[in-house]
Order: sequence, then C-alpha cells, then structure tokens
Amino acid sequence: MADLFTILAVSAGAVLFLAGTLGLLRFPDTLTRLHALTKVDNLGLGLVVLGLLPQLGWLAAAKMLAVWLLVQLSGAVVTQILARSVRGEGES
Amino acid sequence: MSAVLLFWLAGSGLIGLAVYGLIVNPHPLCKLLALNLLGSGVFLLFGVIARRGAAAGLGGDPVPQALVITGIVVAFSATAIAVALLLALHAEAGEASLDQEDEEP
Amino acid sequence: MMETGFDVVLALMLLGVGGWSIIARNMMTAVIIFIAYGLLLSLAWVRLHAVDVSLTEAAIGSGATGLLMVIAAHKVAGDSQRVVRLSRGFHVLAAVFATLVAIGIASLAFVLPGAPVSLAAPVLERLPESGLGNPVAGVLFVYRSFDTLLEKVVLLLALIGVWALARDQDWGGVPGLRLFQHPHSVLMLLARTLPPIGFVFAIYMTWAGADVPGGAFQGGTVLAAMWILVMVAGVRRVPRVSSPLLRLAIVAGPLVFLAIGFLGFVAPGVFLAYPDGLAKPLIVVMEVALTLSIAVILGLLIAGPPRAKDSA
Repeated sequence: MADLFTILAVSAGAVLFLAGTLGLLRFPDTLTRLHALTKVDNLGLGLVVLGLLPQLGWLAAAKMLAVWLLVQLSGAVVTQILARSVRGEGES
Repeated sequence: MSAVLLFWLAGSGLIGLAVYGLIVNPHPLCKLLALNLLGSGVFLLFGVIARRGAAAGLGGDPVPQALVITGIVVAFSATAIAVALLLALHAEAGEASLDQEDEEP
Repeated sequence: MMETGFDVVLALMLLGVGGWSIIARNMMTAVIIFIAYGLLLSLAWVRLHAVDVSLTEAAIGSGATGLLMVIAAHKVAGDSQRVVRLSRGFHVLAAVFATLVAIGIASLAFVLPGAPVSLAAPVLERLPESGLGNPVAGVLFVYRSFDTLLEKVVLLLALIGVWALARDQDWGGVPGLRLFQHPHSVLMLLARTLPPIGFVFAIYMTWAGADVPGGAFQGGTVLAAMWILVMVAGVRRVPRVSSPLLRLAIVAGPLVFLAIGFLGFVAPGVFLAYPDGLAKPLIVVMEVALTLSIAVILGLLIAGPPRAKDSA
C-alpha cells in the first residue's frame, strides 16, 4: 500500500517535472517560463517528497520536508526577483 | 564495473570538449570556463580510479577522493585570481580581450 | 539494470550540458549552464560513492565558482559583440585535436592495471586512532594534513592576490560587491529568514564531517553563502579590507592549524603529528577555526578587490 502510494506520488511529481521543463524550453518569454518553473518547485518536488515519506524514518522524513520548504522559500524569492527585474522595477 | 568505464569515458569526453572550447573561444572568461570544465573532467577520472579502489567495505578509495577535494579548492582559488585579473583588465582597457591588436596606439 | 540506465543518462547529460556550456553564444548563458553542469557532476560523484566530493563539487565547483563567473559575466557583458572570427579550418583542426585528446585518454581505460591499487584498507586500519569516523576526513587531517594546511594557505594567497589588484587609491576600502539594497525587497526577506537556518546547517555540516560526509570546507561554504546574501541585501555592511577583526578571521584557520602542527614537535616529536588520544579534539578545534576562515575568505574572494573608499 505504501509502495503503491510512493509510485503514484513520485510519478505524478515526475510528470510535473517533465511538464515544467517542457514549459521552460518552449514558452516564449521569461515570465511564462518562470510560471512553468514554479510548478516544478512547489508541486513537482512536493509530490516527490510526499511520495518518499512513507519509505523513510521520521528523521529522514523531517529532513526531506525541510529540503522542500527551503526550496519553496528560495524558489519563491528568486522568482520574484527575476520577474521584477524583467518588468524593469529596479533590481530589487 | 560498467559504471566505472562509463564515467571514465564521460570524463575523457569532457576533457576533449574543454580542450576544444579552450582553443576556439576567444573571450578569456569562456577560456576560464573551459579550463574549469577541463579540471572537472580530470577530477572525474580521479573519481573513477577511487571507485575502482573500493575495498574493505568502502565504496571508494578515500585517498584519491581527498585529493580531489583539495583539487577542487585549489581550482577555485585559481579561478578567483583569474576572474579578478580579468575584471582588472576589463576596468583598465574597457574590455577583457586577449587580442593583441589592442596594444597599437 | 536500472542503475546502469541512470548512469548512462547521467553521463550523456554531463557531456551534453558540458558541451553546451562550451558552444553557448552568450557568456551569461554559458556560465548558467556551467552551474547546472556542476550540479549534474555532483550527482555523478554520488554515483561514484564519493559523497564528500559531491558536496564539495556542489558547494565550490558549482556554487562558489558559478557565482564568481556570474559576477564576471555580468561585468564584461559588453565584450561579446566584438569576437574574433576564426577560420573554419581552424575550428576543424581544433576539433580534431580535441577528439584525439579525448580518444587518447578514453583508451587509457583499457590499459589500467587489472588489480586496482587501493589504500582503503590501510586507511581504515589506522582510522580508529584518529577518533574520526569519516575516512576522507581522516585522510585530509591525518595522512595528508600537510597538503590540507597548504591548501588553506593557497586560499589565503588567492585572497591576497585578488586584493593586490586593487588600485592604490582604493586600498583599505570595501570590496566592490554589487549591492541590491531595498528595504522592502523580497531579497531582504530571504536575507533575514535564511541565515539562521544556514548557520545551523553549516555548524552541523562541520561537526558531522568527522563521522559522515561533510566537513569544514562544505560548512564554511554554506556560511560564506549566508554572509554574501546578508551583505548583498544590505542587512549588514560589507567590511573594509583594513578591518583588523576581518584579517584575524582570515588567518585564524591557518594559524590554529600551524600552531597545532608545531605542537606536534613537542609531544610526538614530528611536525603536524597529534599527541596520543588528543587527535580528535585537536582536529575539531582546527575544523572550527578553519570553517570561520574559509567562510570569510570565500566571501571576500567572491566580493572582489576593494573599491572606492567612501562607498559603504
């Protein structure tokens, strides 16, 4: 049961990674490309982490969650900065 | 053992690519990048040697692994100096170029 | 079978991404691809069972080197317009030469000695005497401590070299790091929330490095990254290069290393040897001092030579 859950969640995450990468390569401008990437950061990585949780001890699981949260934080900030610099609102 | 051969081939391929880039890319920053790529290829060969030396329950020989760590640090130091030199040249001459025609008055 | 498939894909991606960083037209593109390449390479190091190297590659080879090059690529962005046109024949000649080099090295794989040479067993045999559990840390701080000492000195010399490139009138000023100071920027949010986490992580990495992959260098790099972030966002000022406290932090690591090295003359009678039973505590003291120095030196190397005295 746990294995089935892992397979489903990680596969769903992988599909999002694929879709996001495709978007990164195919979308026309920076803002839409960033939009594609955020799906990978949040949902894609989140699903992979979620899927792996049942396979781990609680300490490793906590580390995985911490990794996900840190990627969320840095991803959100970097996306904001990039998007603002594209829109020419100074380099904040 | 095939993984070992695979990464050896990847390492030598990277060295080849880097040698090509080092020769044909005119800008010093590109040359610096190629040099770093070259270094990483050589390190990868070291890693394969370390992996071959897996023994006594270890996944690889720790001695070449430690050598590579030192190597990465020294390569970074050299890169830092090179970047500083490049930027000093850029600030002085208006552009960083190895073109010798620039020296004419 | 699965693992071989993964390795094949990884090796092909390494070659593809590495090659892309060579042929990319735009310099900034090339540098960013190089950073991605470094991350792929650290995956390859994990596959080669060298987790310590993988961490170092991700932190230094990809992160710190990448940051240096991004800064440089940004500053020289205007140069790329005027590239020297090389003839097609020259390109072909270079490609042939590079291919020959690659084939030559690749063919060495088939003449490697049949029985691999390994120092793993002798290292493990004596490792308990050092009190360390991580064989790579053992090699770095016991068998090859002289190299490790000189490596820190190389880092210090690199910083002196970078500083030596400052113009005379700028000496004693602050490093010319480009700042993005906006009181309400999201960068400020990151610079306020991330450093506490990074700080704990860096200490953990240094401390755990004695027994599992990690160590002073990886921890120091994380610390350096936090410092750079805090300086760039303007939460803390960039210190002047003439600050005595800064200079003390720079030399603390090599000095403690040397002092413990000379202590070896007193107790076991050899330079850089540790007295019986004291190896572990002395190595930990060294690692702590080294982490601080490495963090400060890396941060300053990335920040660059000092610029105008009055800009704060």
